[in-house]
Amino acid sequence: MRSQIEGSQAVARAVTLCRPGVIAAYPISPQTHIVESLSDRVRTGELAHCEYLMVESEFGAMSACIGASGAGARSYTATSSQGLLFMAEALFNASGLGLPIVMTLANRAIGAPINIWNDHSDAMSMRDSGWIQLFAESNQEAVDLHIQAFRLAETLSVPVMVCMDGFVLTHAFEQVDLPTQEQVDAFLPPFIPQQSLDPTDPVTIGAMVGPEAFTEVKYLMHAKQMEALDLVPQLADEFDEAFGRRSGGLLKPYRLEDAETVVVALGSVLGTIEEVVDAMRDEGLALGALGITCFRPWPGAEVREALSGAKRVVVVEKAFAVGAGGIVGQNTRDATRGLPVEVYDVVGGLGGRPISRASVRALLDEVLGGQLDPHRLHFLDLDLDRVQREMERSRHGERPGPHAEHMLRDLGAVASGTNE
Amino acid sequence: MAFQEIKLYQTGTFVAGNRLLDPEQRSVQARMGRSNSLTSGHRACRGCGEALGARYVLDAAMRATNGNMVAVNSTGCLEVFSTPYPESSWQLPWLHSLFGNGPAVAAGVAAGLRAQSRDDIRVVGQAGDGGTVDIGFGALSGMFERNDDVLFVCYDNEGYMNTGVQRSGATPPAARTANTKALGPEPGNAFGQGKFVPLIAMAHEIPYVATATVAELHDLEYKVEKAMSFHGARYLHVFVPCPLGWGAASEDTIKLARLAKESGMFPVFEAERGDVTEVSRIRRQVPVEEYLRPQQRYAHLFGDPGRPDIIARLQARADRNIARFGLLPEGDD
Repeated sequence: MRSQIEGSQAVARAVTLCRPGVIAAYPISPQTHIVESLSDRVRTGELAHCEYLMVESEFGAMSACIGASGAGARSYTATSSQGLLFMAEALFNASGLGLPIVMTLANRAIGAPINIWNDHSDAMSMRDSGWIQLFAESNQEAVDLHIQAFRLAETLSVPVMVCMDGFVLTHAFEQVDLPTQEQVDAFLPPFIPQQSLDPTDPVTIGAMVGPEAFTEVKYLMHAKQMEALDLVPQLADEFDEAFGRRSGGLLKPYRLEDAETVVVALGSVLGTIEEVVDAMRDEGLALGALGITCFRPWPGAEVREALSGAKRVVVVEKAFAVGAGGIVGQNTRDATRGLPVEVYDVVGGLGGRPISRASVRALLDEVLGGQLDPHRLHFLDLDLDRVQREMERSRHGERPGPHAEHMLRDLGAVASGTNE
Repeated sequence: MAFQEIKLYQTGTFVAGNRLLDPEQRSVQARMGRSNSLTSGHRACRGCGEALGARYVLDAAMRATNGNMVAVNSTGCLEVFSTPYPESSWQLPWLHSLFGNGPAVAAGVAAGLRAQSRDDIRVVGQAGDGGTVDIGFGALSGMFERNDDVLFVCYDNEGYMNTGVQRSGATPPAARTANTKALGPEPGNAFGQGKFVPLIAMAHEIPYVATATVAELHDLEYKVEKAMSFHGARYLHVFVPCPLGWGAASEDTIKLARLAKESGMFPVFEAERGDVTEVSRIRRQVPVEEYLRPQQRYAHLFGDPGRPDIIARLQARADRNIARFGLLPEGDD
């Protein structure tokens, strides 16, 4: 049924349709509307046979999900940003134990400076945690990915993180086709755990493993993620058949035919990029876009195949490895090794700064004009003058003070004090 | 069959004398039907108080739940010595996740079972003092305030023994640990620090809080059984000497546990909904010196010239416990 609905509400409805047995969550913006809505749905009985734990922290939330999943219950949580970092230890534990927990990550920047707005620093910081990471482009896809995520997680006994841009998607009202309970029940069978705490068949979960078998246990984790590279597209096909729309899969190729320049990106910014691609195609330029829906496991072979005809690949990503460079860019460079293609690393949209069509267009004009150095990390819409003023200022005086405050002063956002 | 002489070794405490009791009153460990939840062959040190405590706690809980039980374990000695891969000493469903999340994992297990209408299966969480009073404390408090249906057991050996005997929030003053050495004018752990978590547990007004020692195993089993008769959050704090960490003889584990109680250093009591309901009184009061002297972690307090001033401060702590909980022997107060 089509509804004009907020992204968070739509996701809460999708999660409800998946019938989780335990939801454990701790509030953090911009995830809050999802877990508030789920609390309502448990209280009213719309979501029956579900225990909702209001835990003391995100670490507690993930830990409770670990316990619940170990007890054989379908388990779900949602978080953002600092909350994901606070869970970090438990994230690695959940994947190491092979517990099929599903989590929504409402993508948000990581402080300091504290910032509640959208970027992908949170997801990227946990890219090696052993969780499958799926990125939604729209709220429709966020809904659909959650339904697929439970199937994927439980088939492989691997946890899955569904990433959706904080505020941009979570707080956006748009038309979403919400499936029926019958449709979801037909797609997602009841959870049959691959391991469970059962007094009639006692098992030890979480034993200590030394050098004699640790590598093999870790290899199995990797092997399961490799299996996911086959299963993710299969589930997308099956979903298409059952629900009549295309959602999920590994990649989203957009006008790649004969494209010489391809923009690679994740999440909601793809819409903006596709519009720029359309405009440039109208001008006769051979542009295309490649959305990465499944970032972990990394579909290296599929990315290579998709980019095999390109001359230039511009990776626009909302996070970066400080002191090193792009993250998606590095993965893309790895996937295209040996191909005659230049990969440009561009960081944009940090801390909620909008990535506009104009910015993307200006970037692509620079790339096409040969003005962008492919061997350097680039920052979209960076105010370099302001950075240089602050660097200059902090070189003088014994105690130059906090950068963030001075940057805001320079901008005129802080009224008190002077810059001199 | 030759006549076997029955040795009577009742000492006037609850510790022995099973053979003098009616079968129904005998300890769970003395019964044929004990579950051996933590079975033999594990790798605990000789004289480990925690292994002894865990064995009694879990078998008593298994009996109380008719075997319908799951155990959750925080990281620590107990987890390490019981599960060197691919061996396991656990004869019951057992889950270990991390060091600091035992109470939250246990709460999750309880919720997961309830969601499947299997709340007939009960949950016991267990950790050492580090996993309980320090790194797991936020999770523990959360589990308490939500009144999750979990019995959480802390095996308190007063330090981080698994990592090489460092100070925890449960390490007593003056005790030498690897990072509170007997150096400087105030040797050992500082006075005026640390916490006694049973009192903090009581502040949550949960259904049941109790303390116990491995010197009185009948009492320990009784408290486990009682704890399992409640639903909601329950807390059992068990005093378990650590021969390795304390520098004590392996055969002194029970003796030290008894002296801790008899000196007033460790108060043994029960509380319901935030109020103390029962106190296990001292039978024969001993000065703290008698408890401290056999332990190398207090060696710097003895000898020549020794630190009688510090011993006096420790005695004052014991006296405060005695006054606060009314621990004096019957008729002495």
